[in-house]
Amino acid sequence: MTYFLKILVKNAFRHRLRTLLTIIGITIAILAFGLLCTVVSAWYAGVEASSASRLVTRNAISLVFSLPISYREKLLRMTGVKQVSYANWFGGVYITEKNFFPNFAIEPKSYLDLYPEFVLDPREKENFIRDRKGAVAGRKLAERFGWKVGDSIPLRGTIFPGSWQFVLRGIYHGAEKSTDENQFFFQWAFLNETMLKSIPRRANQVGIYLLGLSSPNIAAEVSRNVDATFKNSLAETLTETEKAFQLSFISMTEAIVIAIQTVSFVVIAIIMAVVANTMAMTARERIGEYAVFKTLGFSWWHIAGMIFGESFFITITGCTLGIILTFPVAKAFGEQLSNFFPVFHVARATLYLDVAAALVISLVSGIFPTWRAVTIKIADGLRRIQ
Amino acid sequence: MIPISYSFRNLWTRRFTTCMTAGGMALVVFVFASVLMLAEGLRKTLIETGSPENVIVIRRSAGSEVQSGVERLPAAIVESQPEVALGADGKPLLAKELVVLYSLNKRGSDKPANVVIRGIGAKSLALRPQVRLVQGRMPRPGLSEIIAGSSIARRFQGGGIGETLRFGMRNWTVVGIFDAGSTGFDSEIWGDVDQLMQAFRRPVYSSVIFRLGDTTTFPRFKERIESDPRLTLEAKRETKYYVDQSEAMAKFLRILGVALTIIFSLGAMIGAMITMYAAVANRVGEIGTLRAIGFQRRSILGAFLLEALFLGLIGGAAGLFFASFMQLVTISTMNWQTFSELAFSFTLTPDIIGKSLIFSVTMGFVGGVIPAIRASRMNIVEALRES
Repeated sequence: MTYFLKILVKNAFRHRLRTLLTIIGITIAILAFGLLCTVVSAWYAGVEASSASRLVTRNAISLVFSLPISYREKLLRMTGVKQVSYANWFGGVYITEKNFFPNFAIEPKSYLDLYPEFVLDPREKENFIRDRKGAVAGRKLAERFGWKVGDSIPLRGTIFPGSWQFVLRGIYHGAEKSTDENQFFFQWAFLNETMLKSIPRRANQVGIYLLGLSSPNIAAEVSRNVDATFKNSLAETLTETEKAFQLSFISMTEAIVIAIQTVSFVVIAIIMAVVANTMAMTARERIGEYAVFKTLGFSWWHIAGMIFGESFFITITGCTLGIILTFPVAKAFGEQLSNFFPVFHVARATLYLDVAAALVISLVSGIFPTWRAVTIKIADGLRRIQ
Repeated sequence: MIPISYSFRNLWTRRFTTCMTAGGMALVVFVFASVLMLAEGLRKTLIETGSPENVIVIRRSAGSEVQSGVERLPAAIVESQPEVALGADGKPLLAKELVVLYSLNKRGSDKPANVVIRGIGAKSLALRPQVRLVQGRMPRPGLSEIIAGSSIARRFQGGGIGETLRFGMRNWTVVGIFDAGSTGFDSEIWGDVDQLMQAFRRPVYSSVIFRLGDTTTFPRFKERIESDPRLTLEAKRETKYYVDQSEAMAKFLRILGVALTIIFSLGAMIGAMITMYAAVANRVGEIGTLRAIGFQRRSILGAFLLEALFLGLIGGAAGLFFASFMQLVTISTMNWQTFSELAFSFTLTPDIIGKSLIFSVTMGFVGGVIPAIRASRMNIVEALRES
């Protein structure tokens, strides 16, 4: 057996340059594949982070329409609804459009109760709830702009006109790896009071309601009840689980996700062509040797084992290098694109996929040369020796 | 000079290897061309959507029509500006429009997408010569009637002629289908602005769009409108407005394209290099013979380089061939900036064909140059001895 392994490794390095180039090629391909998979999973980060026991109620027409604040009392009285909070997408711009980050007006107390994954120091939380102009930001966001607690942060309104000043009262961090630490929250009451003064028609309106359920099992029933209650009113509602709500965003950009997924498989196909080519060349050069092996009485599976073993050795080496490199590269990539993808880390499933891809490459690239080496007649094979 | 057919035939002799290497390159060129075609399709859609003589006025710093709100009084002030062109009937060529998003399900998959519903005025159609009614009739003012873009009619539930959509506590009948070519309007639904404002309980317009009498007067108009203390408005040329709208999408496509191309071409160049090294290694004796007959080092270099370039060209041509079928595909996705559906298709231009071919030949060259140099540097005696 050790004998066999020795032949494999020796064979693999007979053409050092070719093997090296092939390994580099596989490393690059696995790296690209891993990164593309990570981009796709970053796309789904919001879905991962959503909870099964939270519902989102929005205006049935579309998200750009709001719901009256008076719905809150009605929602609270529904069976199965434990907590109700609400939020408005503010869409403010910090200095320039390039500094994009999500910012919401929220009802602070109920919102933070409903989202225990946003962890805030109790003192900071208290300060935020007390200060009408207070705001909290995620850890990554605060790092990005160098904000400290107590800083004054100006936002330019795009949906709600004007220039808005907030005081940073706290910096939250995520309870889990998948929590988005790139968001900015401030008090809904502040937004509402300003609207009452400037555009009263748009005051007392809420973008979405967030419902905390007593049990995730009743989600379907509660959402049906909510929508039935407000049917045929001026603001009909559409209630869905937080997961479905997040998924609806992804399905709107589905074309891009599909494109990235397709491309990640094309990478594998390209490298498959390269490795298959290497193996085919190797086998062609050694056809005489295989004939000698056959003459000595080695059977077909010895020869198959030698070819597959070599292609396996080459791909696994490349794959290991690729996986090792994925982590630092993904980190650098994630920092560059932190405002596109707030959560960007390599999932374990991606590594399994990497290994699976490497196995497929080694198998597919070995098939054709093995078939050639196994089926060739000994005499034909020997004739090729120069 | 070694005959060109020598390089050709060498590729033919090692068909499997040539196919594999060219296949890898073809895939790379396919992706390269596809991304370029996508970016071009997006650009084309945007350019054709806006018209250089048209001006769009929205609330200052709103960014898009959906976020904007223009009250009736400021809209009337814009209407009375002298830069606004007059139509044949003597009325200003100007439309006060409402733009809202409506979440509509796709046919077949039930997946929602945000579709633009545009409330139009009497002059909206005249302002957009790209748009024409292909089926049915225009909605009558005062009725709950709408017309749908052909892309909506095809892909969305309730968008076909005779079908109805329900919003604002009313049923709206689709009475006509309009075709807007490959512009963004093709993914919109249009209805009478006054009816829609009533239905959505939204008493303000989203934007005011008008034709300039003289396009050079735009800077003057912009300055006056934006410095008027009564108004918090901002004016943009329509062409610029639509380009700004998809800046993020265009940037995303560009980054994606560059990153993919770099990574993929590295892989393909390595493949080409392996192939060419093998081609050289297999033919050491042959190279020695050629040199002994009296061919110069330069000729050998040229022959092997030519082989690599052919290899690249074959890959490039095959990749382009398959990429050209992508023109049949339309991508529809949400534009993050406007939050609404945007459809555009892959567009192949001669420029992209040229770029892809240059790219593929370059890949062949980079992969082949080192092996070719090695071949040309061989010592005659040693090379001959090896055979």
